[in-house]
Amino acid sequence: MKSLCLYFQIHQPFRLRTYRFFDIGSDHYYYDDYQNKHIVRRIANNCYLPANEVLLSLIKEFGAKFKVSFSISGTALEQFQKYSPDVIESFKKLAKTGNVEFLAETYSHSLAATLNPGEFKRQVEEHSQAVEKLFGYKTTAFRNTELIYSNDIAGMVQEMGFKTLLTEGAKQVLAWKSPNFLYCSAPHERLKLLLRNYQLSDDIAFRFSQRDWSEWPLTAEKYVGWLNAVDKKQEVVNLFMDYETFGEHQKADTGIFEFLHAFPAKVIKSGKWTFRTPTEVSNELQPVAGLNVPHAISWADEERDLTAWIGNDLQDEAFASLYSVAHILAQCDDKDLLRDWNYLQGSDHFYYMCTKWFSDGAVHHYFNPYGSPYEAFINYMNVLSDFLVRVNDYADENGIARKALVIRSKKAEVPPAREIKADKKSAPEKSGKTVLKSAPKPSVRLKKK
Amino acid sequence: MFGWEFPPHITGGLGTACFGLTKGLLKHGVEVLFVVPKAYGDESQEAVRLLNASDVPVLIHDPVYREYWDQITFMEIGSNLIPYVTPAEFEEMVTENTRSAEETLSPVFAERFQFSGKYGHDLMAEVSRYALVGASIAANNEFDVIHAHDWLTYPAGIAAKKITGKPLVVHMHATEFDRSGENINSNVFEIERKGMEEADRVITVSNLTRNIVIERYGINPDKVITVHNAVEPSEKSEMVETEKHVREKVVTFLGRITFQKGPEYFIEAAQKVLERDPNVRFVMAGTGDLMEKMIRRVAKLKIATKFHFTGFLKGDNVDKMFAMSDVYVMPSVSEPFGISPLEAMRSNVPVVISKQSGVAEVLNHVIKVDFWDIDAMADAIYALLHYNSLTQMFQTHGTDEVNKLVWEEAAGKVAEIYKSAVIA
Repeated sequence: MKSLCLYFQIHQPFRLRTYRFFDIGSDHYYYDDYQNKHIVRRIANNCYLPANEVLLSLIKEFGAKFKVSFSISGTALEQFQKYSPDVIESFKKLAKTGNVEFLAETYSHSLAATLNPGEFKRQVEEHSQAVEKLFGYKTTAFRNTELIYSNDIAGMVQEMGFKTLLTEGAKQVLAWKSPNFLYCSAPHERLKLLLRNYQLSDDIAFRFSQRDWSEWPLTAEKYVGWLNAVDKKQEVVNLFMDYETFGEHQKADTGIFEFLHAFPAKVIKSGKWTFRTPTEVSNELQPVAGLNVPHAISWADEERDLTAWIGNDLQDEAFASLYSVAHILAQCDDKDLLRDWNYLQGSDHFYYMCTKWFSDGAVHHYFNPYGSPYEAFINYMNVLSDFLVRVNDYADENGIARKALVIRSKKAEVPPAREIKADKKSAPEKSGKTVLKSAPKPSVRLKKK
Repeated sequence: MFGWEFPPHITGGLGTACFGLTKGLLKHGVEVLFVVPKAYGDESQEAVRLLNASDVPVLIHDPVYREYWDQITFMEIGSNLIPYVTPAEFEEMVTENTRSAEETLSPVFAERFQFSGKYGHDLMAEVSRYALVGASIAANNEFDVIHAHDWLTYPAGIAAKKITGKPLVVHMHATEFDRSGENINSNVFEIERKGMEEADRVITVSNLTRNIVIERYGINPDKVITVHNAVEPSEKSEMVETEKHVREKVVTFLGRITFQKGPEYFIEAAQKVLERDPNVRFVMAGTGDLMEKMIRRVAKLKIATKFHFTGFLKGDNVDKMFAMSDVYVMPSVSEPFGISPLEAMRSNVPVVISKQSGVAEVLNHVIKVDFWDIDAMADAIYALLHYNSLTQMFQTHGTDEVNKLVWEEAAGKVAEIYKSAVIA
């Protein structure tokens, strides 16, 4: 029998309030409580609560034949406890059935795996502790923020004791290979890899309600037909998606909840499939090959890479500034500072600064509370400026050295504004004149004339 | 094509836009006969054949002109309906108007009239005469489409259409609401409305203007099409050399100091930035009816040592001002398009613009704020002065963005509009 592995990502960031530069040094609370509460409650009612009900009823109906897995970020867990405790209760019910696996990840859905290995490990530990405390569940499988994965990450994750990792079935890694097998990391063979089947996953997550899609409307019959058409030799289909697909991205009136109930029921009744959790899949199957992933992949965008979060000048400056104080916070026991340290690392803040969307903004706009990446950057940097002052004050008070920046980045080495000004002036002063680089080129058109 | 001015004799952005457009149209195989009230002889004729309205005789015996003349003189009488004037002022205006109407008649029927080519006090009379001349030109030249720029030339456009039956395209570079806020001149409004009603197509310079045209003038949306302005590639040499005498960063406002341009918001934002960071200088370049009030406000806020007025800047001095600037701010309350941010970006100066400007519709690599949101404006200025990557991003992407806004492309859209008007 083939395995079907369902995994849902749940994450909510602590969104920042509008924080002006004149707040720096005077107001140290950064979060938009009203908006955060409002959004969490809305999604709880539209998605988390009704979707959990559907899953619970499937478990009651089919027992051990139906299983499912979740990753819930630490910041999401905190917000549920704060604004919607019924969601926590609902997940506890699911946990109690024993048919649910909770996955480990970074506490704040951060990019620490790529930027600061020490901080990455700390965050994963903090998250696992939170999951155990709330649901009594000890995590054994890992998934990184937005399924970001590389050889280096595999090494760290294996070292932390995880045996299984979930990531994207990205074309640039798989080439002609199918995602419907168990793989392992080439340099770290003990770490098993489950790869997302993005075709079948996105049929539900993105295309379900698209009326201009040739397959619309998607029925359970049709979908199970596609599953049954999967090559005989292939062993597992991994359906990974945002949990918000159910009721939030695809609204209830599209029939998504009926689908969420109907398609597993049909799959099980067909007798060809069984639902398994990631850890079960990894225990049961043999990896068919090792995958070498020197450059990080993710499940985002067409590119399946990190360019939504890292790489433009804004993001680079923000990251460099943020992680410049990582060593201080590693020795810090101030609760408020540690809280902000977690929240400010959330990948969402950097996603809002992405500029590659100017050409195709559709998906992105839905998730972005800012009018433009520049506004997102300004607001974040204002907050960060205040945070850095506090952290450096803490370092001074506690005899911790303020160190030079940790992350190597050319932006990070640029001195603050006022010094640049002096530089700009001093160099050309030799000629007695300041040459400003206002250098618009004459157009080709004019040159011809 | 009916315009009011043509480079190098320009008082506003209209002439520059017409010049860019006609050059672009030439690339699309459109020949332009451009009519101005007064030609000085040194206008650039690389892209157009320029016709001087002052040289055109009017066939006074043709009854068609007579009939049309009656209509425009009627419009002129309507110009007395200017709101908020005292009775004394009103009487003075009426007297003047009657006189000018008399004066108008004689020179027109003397077959030739010397236009001043300026926005004079007897503007309405010139507009009317220009219309009459427009009709005459239309009758004596071969063409397919009539294109009229801004209300001053709409009566001419309408007259030309009446005489020849050719399709009329009117171009809204600004509406009376942009120029005057809510205290509009109802006669100007009426000419604008009439022009758009009579036109086969209306071109607006932004969607902002398009909405005003549809909502405030009640024009059928189907014939209103937005064609965003472009900017002429700079003819400046590779490097602009200038001496910058101050150490501090410079934040600049450049434009007419009038209600429409929102100068007071710039001052309030400056005050907020200076409270936090005294190492900044603010410059307000330009002149206008609010200038004295602005100077008083700056004095009252006690920021005058950091806030400077330059008066009206021309030509090279504008380039120098941009070269000295670290941030350019355009806080316009209402701006149909707004070309100056593009000029700033072309000079590598990062810009903050109001959301109430048409140019905001075509720019991504700028910061957009509501003109009234001085907190956001101050925040944007502060960020550009302190977070270096922001300036870097604007410099790398902003210049590219501006260079893509070429007249050739805008003219391509205009040429399509001509085609659709001719076919319809």
